[in-house]
Amino acid sequence: MDPSRVDFPPGPAGAPMDTMTMLDIRNLHARIDDREILKGLDLTLNAGEVHAIMGPNGSGKSTLSYVLAGKDDYEVTEGTATLDGEDLLEMEPDARAAAGLFLAFQYPIEIPGVANMTFLRTALNAQRKARGEAEISTPDFLRLVKEKASDLGISQEMLRRGVNVGFSGGEKKRNEILQMSILEPKLCILDETDSGLDIDALKIVAQGVNALRSPKRAMLVITHYQRLLDHIVPDVVHVMHQGRIVRSGGKELALELEASGYAAYGDAA
Amino acid sequence: MTTDIRTLRTSGEEAFAQAAEARLAAEPTQGRIGELRRAAASAFAEHGLPTRRVEEWKYTDLRAAVREAPPLAGEVTASAEAEAGLRAIAFPGTERVLFVNGAYGRGASHLGRLPAGVSAVPLAAALASGSPLLDRIGGLAPQRYDAALALNTAMLREGLVIHVSAGARVETPIHIAHVFTADAPLSTFTRMLVVVEEGAQVAFIESHQGPDGIAYQANAATEFYVGDGAHVDLIRVQEEGDRALHLATLVVDMGRDVAFHAFQLATGAATARLSLYGRFSGSGSHAGIRGVNLLAARQHGDVTMVLDHAVPHCESRELFKTVLKDESHGVFQGKIIVRPDAQKTDGRMMSQSLLLGEFAQMDNKPELEIFADDVQCGHGATAGALDDDLLFYLLSRGIPRPDAEVLLVQAFVGEAVEYVEQEDLREALMARIVERLGKAG
Ligand SMILES: Nc1ncnc2c1ncn2[C@@H]1O[C@H](COP(=O)(O)OP(=O)(O)OP(=O)(O)O)[C@@H](O)[C@H]1O
Ligand SMILES: [Mg+2]
Repeated sequence: MDPSRVDFPPGPAGAPMDTMTMLDIRNLHARIDDREILKGLDLTLNAGEVHAIMGPNGSGKSTLSYVLAGKDDYEVTEGTATLDGEDLLEMEPDARAAAGLFLAFQYPIEIPGVANMTFLRTALNAQRKARGEAEISTPDFLRLVKEKASDLGISQEMLRRGVNVGFSGGEKKRNEILQMSILEPKLCILDETDSGLDIDALKIVAQGVNALRSPKRAMLVITHYQRLLDHIVPDVVHVMHQGRIVRSGGKELALELEASGYAAYGDAA
Repeated sequence: MTTDIRTLRTSGEEAFAQAAEARLAAEPTQGRIGELRRAAASAFAEHGLPTRRVEEWKYTDLRAAVREAPPLAGEVTASAEAEAGLRAIAFPGTERVLFVNGAYGRGASHLGRLPAGVSAVPLAAALASGSPLLDRIGGLAPQRYDAALALNTAMLREGLVIHVSAGARVETPIHIAHVFTADAPLSTFTRMLVVVEEGAQVAFIESHQGPDGIAYQANAATEFYVGDGAHVDLIRVQEEGDRALHLATLVVDMGRDVAFHAFQLATGAATARLSLYGRFSGSGSHAGIRGVNLLAARQHGDVTMVLDHAVPHCESRELFKTVLKDESHGVFQGKIIVRPDAQKTDGRMMSQSLLLGEFAQMDNKPELEIFADDVQCGHGATAGALDDDLLFYLLSRGIPRPDAEVLLVQAFVGEAVEYVEQEDLREALMARIVERLGKAG
């Protein structure tokens, strides 16, 4: 065995070199039907960091989030993606969630007939079970939901409805953040959570997200607007274009993009 | 002498025809009922069991399903009755009447305890004493020969005659529990006659259960007379054993301004058929008939109904949800007849199915026979798999696939269960559905 080619930290006795890396994506290629959408994407997120991804419509941002979450419409043809050293791409979507990955969808769907509360509780207990933890008690669960929902301005009446059923666009986005607050994932991927939110809701949601910021958690925030990044201040901003990260920089990069658009990246827009 | 042109009889047909003759000889009933039984026995002797060429049985080959005729059940033993009492589904807050291997369970049923306004007599006792209610039995025969009902009538002995007095508001649902306990195949025939007088309000539960692995045959027929202004709920729970044959016939006559709500949860039997004949004979009435069929392995579940709008201003709503796993086969046939006088009829029929098994199959046959011009009638049928996007949403929150599927199936069937008005019964039904879905996973 070649000691120079150790892929994973060799355990407690080994060097702590890689322990900070949470999400590690290398040369990721993914396609849907016969169309390649991700074309060799590299991205590394360390625990405690918040990264933003900006990029023109159709550049593949949602595709990246779906591929990471495990939607099986996409075929990964090349590359790797690991979460804390574990091969994400080999895992079923529910196992990825139990491992700590959460995707706040760009377009959350309605699930008539599955009550919000049932859904939240089933999800939380399933994740706890997968991690070998005990189920949450009913009073603890109700207290938790009540507290988080009121922070996000989600009424008890909405919680009694089917998941997202009859929710406005902005309410659906808030409901995504409610789920995130309850499930407490270690990697949060927010796909345009700001779109559809009014000014006040944007602040509420940003507060919810910021409350989850922690040295043990990383966040990947996909957005089109600098505005969100005023509230959720990123450590790194990436520009995605045609299925790849083409530039990365500090938070100033978002301001620059806001001013000049994506023309410099060869986009005809 | 007539010559039998149907030379190829199955041994099952032969044996049932003989059994019917034998019972007629042993227990001849006088008068109208005697004639009714003899007519039914000779109709069965003549027509036998339907093949798939008989339109009403197009998707269910009853002749093939009844190759054998298991012997008729004998007397109920005390131990069978005790066992049945333990096995029978307990719906809290209901009053239960028990049938064990097709016979009235005297020790475990307390007819004297039935709520005020409800009286019930075992059919055998009613036949012996000549109850005047029996004038109604067999009075609602379907227009065409129905083999299951004919056999049931020819065998008439076990069952219950129930009377609900005019204006009675019965709060406690009456649960008629049929439990099969024998460890060898038997044939059972039970008959319920339910007469609900004007303005009464009452709910019935009829359950059927039995052990897996035994090819018993249960034939259950119920006749309902719903008087003017009465409100009747019927919930059927069919959880027969996995090799059983379940043949149910439900005949309903609705007077004026009636509300009749039926719901069936069917999860059991190798082959099950519910034939429902509903007739509106008074205007301003509403019938809501819904059901959930959960089928797995090689189960075959058939719901066939005919709703006959004979008078104007009546409304019928049918919604059936079928969930098919593995190689199971579901059938829904619904016919709405609107007679020339039945103006302003409003009838809607819907059958929706979830095909979860690669080899699962659903057959839908809706029919409208409309002879009036000012009516609104419609029907629809859908079939599909679980929605991938919904499934992914649940998976992405960490819910394992089997649990996610159960949640979605629950949501799918929930739209029919919703119509059960009693909240505790609705919850009890949902709990049985969830348990069944988990088990057949
Ligand atoms: N199911 C699909 N079938 C075919 N093409 C698809 C499918 N899903 C996505 N695409 C294509 O992949 C490309 C990337 O889509 P994606 O949704 O990832 O873009 P995006 O960067 O999230 O865009 P936006 O900013 O508008 O949300 C688009 O051109 C889109 O049309
Ligand atoms: Mg997108």
